[in-house]
Amino acid sequence: MNQVFLYAGLYLCLLMFLSLFRAVVGPTVLDRLIGVNAIGSKTTSLLIMIGLMYHRVEMIVDIALAYAMLNFITVLAASRYFQKRKGLYDEGSDRAGDNTP
Amino acid sequence: MNAVVIFLLICGLIFFTGGTLGILRFPDFYSRLHPAGKLDTFGLVTTVGALALYIAFSQEAILTAVKICLIIVFVFITSPTATHAIVDAGVRAGLKPWTKQSQKRDVP
Repeated sequence: MNQVFLYAGLYLCLLMFLSLFRAVVGPTVLDRLIGVNAIGSKTTSLLIMIGLMYHRVEMIVDIALAYAMLNFITVLAASRYFQKRKGLYDEGSDRAGDNTP
Repeated sequence: MNAVVIFLLICGLIFFTGGTLGILRFPDFYSRLHPAGKLDTFGLVTTVGALALYIAFSQEAILTAVKICLIIVFVFITSPTATHAIVDAGVRAGLKPWTKQSQKRDVP
């Protein structure tokens, strides 16, 4: 059973690297925020697998709960911050939705 | 019991794969939020539920399994909320959704 958790964790790491691609090259800031959110939700699952592999799951579960909460607060605070700014734009196309008449 | 755990784990990994492919391949910001909001939530619920079943039935640690179920409830509430907050930020900042006409205009 340990081998199953090990290979599932390795596969989750591969998926996290693929999500990191979107977080690095995303055209707008909110695309990067989507990538970071996806990485965080995969990390919550990966932490419990690591705890099962090292037989310390009763300690790791609290860390995973705190990580899930921190991920939520991060995304909420960042999106509230970026909605005040007008610097978000689509790369390539026109400057979308300018409020200037 | 191990077979059920492995089945749920593989289901969760398939959902995570779909979510990651959707984030990578969809054309614009709003359509990328669709796999990010739903598939990541359900993949996490399935994967962590499988681990909670394994802990409850193979290791006999009921309190840890209850804590993991609390993680599931928390994520099931907060992940759609975070997705909605990102959509709200995009709408208020004035990002336009992707259409076929805008793609045709970009590629002459």
